[in-house]
Amino acid sequence: MSNNHRLPRLPGEWIDRAHSIEFEFEGKHFQGFAGDTISSALWASGQRVLGRSFKYHRPRGIFSLANHDVNGMMQWGQKLNVRADVTLLEMGMQLSAVNTFGGLNKDPAKVLNHLSRFLPVGFYYKAFHGKRLFPRWERVFRTLAGLGKVNLSTPRLLTPKDYAFCAVLIVGAGPSGLAAALAAADQGADVVIVDENAQAGGSGGYQIGGELAKREATEALLVRVIAHPRIRLLTGIYAAGYYTDHWIALVDDKKMTKLRAEAVVIAAGSFEQPAVFRNNDLPGVVLGSAAQRLIYRYAVRPMQRAVVLCANADGYRVALDLIVHGVMVAAIVDLRAHHQPCDAEVELAAKGVEMHTGTCIVEALPTPGCSGVAGARIAAFANGVADAATARDIPCDGIVMSVGWAPAANLLYQAGTHMRYDDLVEQFVPDALPPGVFACGRVNGVYDFKARLLDGERAGSAAAAHVGFGEKRSVSVPVELESSSFPWPIVAHPQGKNFVDFDEDLQLKDFENAVQEGFDNIELLKRFTTNGMGPSQGKHSNMNALRILARLVDKHPREVGTTTARPFFHPVPMALLAGRGFHPVRRTPMHLRHAAMGAYFMSAGDWQRPEYYARQHKDRLECIREEVDMVRHGVGIIDVGTLGKLEIIGPQAAEFLERVYVSRYANLKIGMTRYAVMCDETGVVVDDGVVARLAEDHFYFTTTTSGATAIYRELSRLNTQWQMACGIINHTGAFAAINLAGPQSRKVLARVTTLDLSAAAFPYLAIREGKVAGIPARLMRVGFVGEWGYEIHVPAEDGVALWDALVAAGSPFGIRPFGVEAQRLLRLEKGHVIIGQDTDGLTTPFEAGLGWAVKMDKPFFIGQRSLQIVDKQPQRQRLVGFRLDQAHGGPAPQECHLVIHDGAISGRITSIGWSHILCAYIGLAMVTPELAKPDQTFEIRITDGSLVVARVTPTPFYDPEQRQQKEEA
Amino acid sequence: MPWRLLRFVTSGKHPEPQMFTHHDGLKKVYDAVIIGAGGHGLAAAYYLARDHGMTNVCVLEKGYIGGGNTGRNTTIIRSNYITPEGVQFYDTSVKLWQDLSQDFDLNLFYATRGHYTLAHTDAALRTMRWRAEVNKHCGVESEVVGPEELRREIPMMDMSCGGHAPIIGALYHAPGAIARHDAVAWGYGRGADQRGVQIHQQTEVLGIEVTAGRVSGVRTSRGFIATSKVLCAVAGSTPRILDMIGVRSPIYIHPLQAMVSEPMKPWLDPILVSGSLHVYISQSARGELVLGASLDPYELHSTRSTLDFTEGLAAHMLELFPFLSHVKIVRQWAGMADMTPDFAPIMGKTPIEGFYLDAGWGTWGFKATPVSGKTMAHTMVTDTPHPLITGFSLDRFRNYALTGEKGAASVGH
Repeated sequence: MSNNHRLPRLPGEWIDRAHSIEFEFEGKHFQGFAGDTISSALWASGQRVLGRSFKYHRPRGIFSLANHDVNGMMQWGQKLNVRADVTLLEMGMQLSAVNTFGGLNKDPAKVLNHLSRFLPVGFYYKAFHGKRLFPRWERVFRTLAGLGKVNLSTPRLLTPKDYAFCAVLIVGAGPSGLAAALAAADQGADVVIVDENAQAGGSGGYQIGGELAKREATEALLVRVIAHPRIRLLTGIYAAGYYTDHWIALVDDKKMTKLRAEAVVIAAGSFEQPAVFRNNDLPGVVLGSAAQRLIYRYAVRPMQRAVVLCANADGYRVALDLIVHGVMVAAIVDLRAHHQPCDAEVELAAKGVEMHTGTCIVEALPTPGCSGVAGARIAAFANGVADAATARDIPCDGIVMSVGWAPAANLLYQAGTHMRYDDLVEQFVPDALPPGVFACGRVNGVYDFKARLLDGERAGSAAAAHVGFGEKRSVSVPVELESSSFPWPIVAHPQGKNFVDFDEDLQLKDFENAVQEGFDNIELLKRFTTNGMGPSQGKHSNMNALRILARLVDKHPREVGTTTARPFFHPVPMALLAGRGFHPVRRTPMHLRHAAMGAYFMSAGDWQRPEYYARQHKDRLECIREEVDMVRHGVGIIDVGTLGKLEIIGPQAAEFLERVYVSRYANLKIGMTRYAVMCDETGVVVDDGVVARLAEDHFYFTTTTSGATAIYRELSRLNTQWQMACGIINHTGAFAAINLAGPQSRKVLARVTTLDLSAAAFPYLAIREGKVAGIPARLMRVGFVGEWGYEIHVPAEDGVALWDALVAAGSPFGIRPFGVEAQRLLRLEKGHVIIGQDTDGLTTPFEAGLGWAVKMDKPFFIGQRSLQIVDKQPQRQRLVGFRLDQAHGGPAPQECHLVIHDGAISGRITSIGWSHILCAYIGLAMVTPELAKPDQTFEIRITDGSLVVARVTPTPFYDPEQRQQKEEA
Repeated sequence: MPWRLLRFVTSGKHPEPQMFTHHDGLKKVYDAVIIGAGGHGLAAAYYLARDHGMTNVCVLEKGYIGGGNTGRNTTIIRSNYITPEGVQFYDTSVKLWQDLSQDFDLNLFYATRGHYTLAHTDAALRTMRWRAEVNKHCGVESEVVGPEELRREIPMMDMSCGGHAPIIGALYHAPGAIARHDAVAWGYGRGADQRGVQIHQQTEVLGIEVTAGRVSGVRTSRGFIATSKVLCAVAGSTPRILDMIGVRSPIYIHPLQAMVSEPMKPWLDPILVSGSLHVYISQSARGELVLGASLDPYELHSTRSTLDFTEGLAAHMLELFPFLSHVKIVRQWAGMADMTPDFAPIMGKTPIEGFYLDAGWGTWGFKATPVSGKTMAHTMVTDTPHPLITGFSLDRFRNYALTGEKGAASVGH
């Protein structure tokens, strides 16, 4: 299609006529220029219908051309809900309107426009809830609702994130924002100024009343801003949200930048507001500012013959802009009964333009097919009511509205600004700004161009002074002489279709009906009507909704108030929020050794641990069984470097441990270790490990793998609170740790150390420091798996060397690495508990069979008071060992299957496994005390509902006399 | 199109009566005063009037109907808890929910979608099995499902989670549902209003009069009310009300945040939760994705939003559904959750005679709206805790008789 609506070349236009861009919309071929947005290119080509509305599928065209409405919302391949008004045209784009069925023109859903009387506000609450049919209706609703389509094969988009800092951030590079930037920077502040438009200048670039010379002041400011060494001007980027302490999310089409400012100036301007009259949503009914943007940014003639509806001087200036660029202005219709004529009005009168005051448009007359405007029906308008008797029609192909503004105060609200309704300017303005937040320009209720510059200077200077640059300048900003916003730009019509919220297809009547039903405060009204809940979040509808409600309940707008404005200012793609994501994965120093030995890895929190080591021609269970056998009968080696490894040093180190663990450590001999259980304040077991004493004032201790981070954090918190004379160091990542276990472990270790490994010199539960394979090491004789063994801790960088040395030394004994699964079975055979698996969020040490470790006679430990109380109560549950009947043949119970007694839940299985050494299924179960007696049988219900009998069995199941792991007494 | 919509055309005027009656002032005496016109408070009022004939009742609301957590939550309704007390309680609620649109003659968009709690670790899968077994024992439909079924039912999900946290199974709970939250408050409010209950919005409670250990009245911003029964149902403001009568509770207020996307055509039917990734998602009838995550980790009496919440939630959600990269988030918000140590509510009597508590709803209150109303109404009328709520009494903390729901409530809400 030809560019038949393109104007001759205009100075400062945003399009580059040297680069034409071919694209498709709804299967048709179009052409635009580089710098065009999708909407401007389509409009230039004569395409008036850009989309269909959400509820009634009415045709819609350009309305704000500023992303304040979503009339032009498009699907572009994998991108959905693309805002055509502000998305730059790209070569080869294939676009279609969202939310149509079978194309923009056909769209059979447009029948809904004729059924609208059946579908008043909240109609869906009043029907469709028959139990049988609701699921089908829901499917219909879901299909009709929703806008674009998600393409399920879209790949994950990884985007960068940027961080920035500045003294003063200015949001909005219009006249007041530019003035603010200069004032702040001139006082020495480092300034960032952002604007969502492709180019800076804001309304100063297009609200010029036909005279290009009027741009000069803005252009001069812009030149100074660009040249200023302390100002960074960023365009095509919007402030999506304001967060605590001036933390601002800035979003462009590639990334999110998180900026911390010392002060913020909001110069975001205002949203032009529609007038409400019948068919005010027809393609061709546009805001004045939209018409101006079309002309001055994209050199597009908005229409041929216009009726201008206005209620302020802006409207007359728009009329001049139109006339200068070849649009015939058929009439200017002013809602106001009386006003002081502005310069533009005088000029228009001189040109002989037809003008009506105290007059409104009651209806935009549609073309056949309703895809455009054929005329405006105007009528006398007094006290907010149109006089139908005076109605007459003026033929036109476009209606331009300029009846008022609403502040773009979203970020101000998010920052916690208290706003008040200003009767003079008929809008909300900042009343009390939070510290470090400033506002200027239209968002501050200042509309006169020169006044805006002064207001910007005032705010910029104050912001710079706030952060310590210069003195706050005394600037007097003249008071507005008249309001730019009309208090009641709303015209009732018996046939409705006078839209307030274009996103949600809400008509004037919908608000009246909602209030009639009792939704008569602004929050309830919003929720019942869904006003402002669409993608443009009320930018073009909240103000009129508020005016309507105020009139319906006979209150002042100030009493009605506003709803809460939350982030985001414009919607933000999930990919930009997500960035690249962050997935810490921790590997022990021996990771590659495990991999080379065939390890099958599993996740343990952030860590990767070998679950078992795969062997050729053997399945998982066989591999695990062989690993178990090797530990029981020969020697095995396991990487336990993921355990939390902490050190505490200082005169009060022992006292600290006494407080945080349930056992006694003050009397622990130097060179010895002791099992350690930690409870929370309610007496619930939260972690366990081993505490070793290296010196009077020096302990080394371990935590569980999963608890390491939280325990270190909690101990640090407690030490901060208690202020004890000791320091805690987290060595978890700094140390590697290996457990060498099995009857042959001493012989293996003897080959690589000169330490005296005799039982007398290095008894069970002792800790020794010495060299292993030449590496300085701490060795503990402890045995989670129930065999003679050594847990050897060395600096992480020596972990591989230690591993290699032990594997080499063990090879004559057939040493094999074993994984987490073998260890789990080995410990189960010993009846050792795993905190978090055999215990849960309510388990006390008494219930877990760890009562022996609790020293209630200590003066204090965390959880002691609770345990004293709990200890006096009858026990509710107990952890017991159990065995299944040897003859059990069917499927085995699994962990967390329930114990059922007399038809009631009486416990659950916490651990279970097949012990080939004991030739039985063994396990641990948390059961009621009556089922915990020795030799008691109980029933476990498995997934298929059948019951399996288990018998309470004392633990350890294996080697109950502990002969394997320690020397003869 | 249902015939019921015909009346909108045949009638000259909008044929709908007012949902909530205007009252010029407060009465001097009410048989019961309910603080909080959220779902819970209005439900209690509704059942007091409907089931017990107690209609000289007022509901006091500082803001507006349903303006607290009723209007801020992500509307997931389920009963797959871990304790038998919890399962029976929430199952009763689900059954009430299923008939509620009919009871009210108001479409609550109660949509049974099915609910999956994804397991990425053995430990998570063990907890799923525990919940499934307890649920089945209580007659609630839950089962552990494997990766094959997940691939079949949610084929668009990346089972490897970007390779970071592969999904190994899930707890499937067929009755899982969502509903239109605001409408629930309106339905209960209208039902109570029709039966004579007075709802007073923009009426703040300033103090509670206690005489000899008994409630005797309520001081409000619009005057004094004499009453012998007060129900406190104020979610995140519970500690402030309890301070007025000197009752201590172990409640801490944490913010809970959520966000919602632009609408899109339907692609996701069930509700999905991942405890390991700390995220959950459902698609509303309007086509928006409703997204949430776990609580903010610190105490704060505020409904402010944070940017890092949206960043973390989006990053984790794209692990499950990478194709949402271009989907835009339109709005984020927060509510104040009153958290209890065991993740179960606090319901029933208090040391002050005539003062009843419906609190500790943390992040799990919306689904309990019907059953909390019903059981609290019973408790207020009989002055005896309803059998379904004995496990949730305030004195359980003193007695170390907690009802541990952490495993089933911490992210799933």
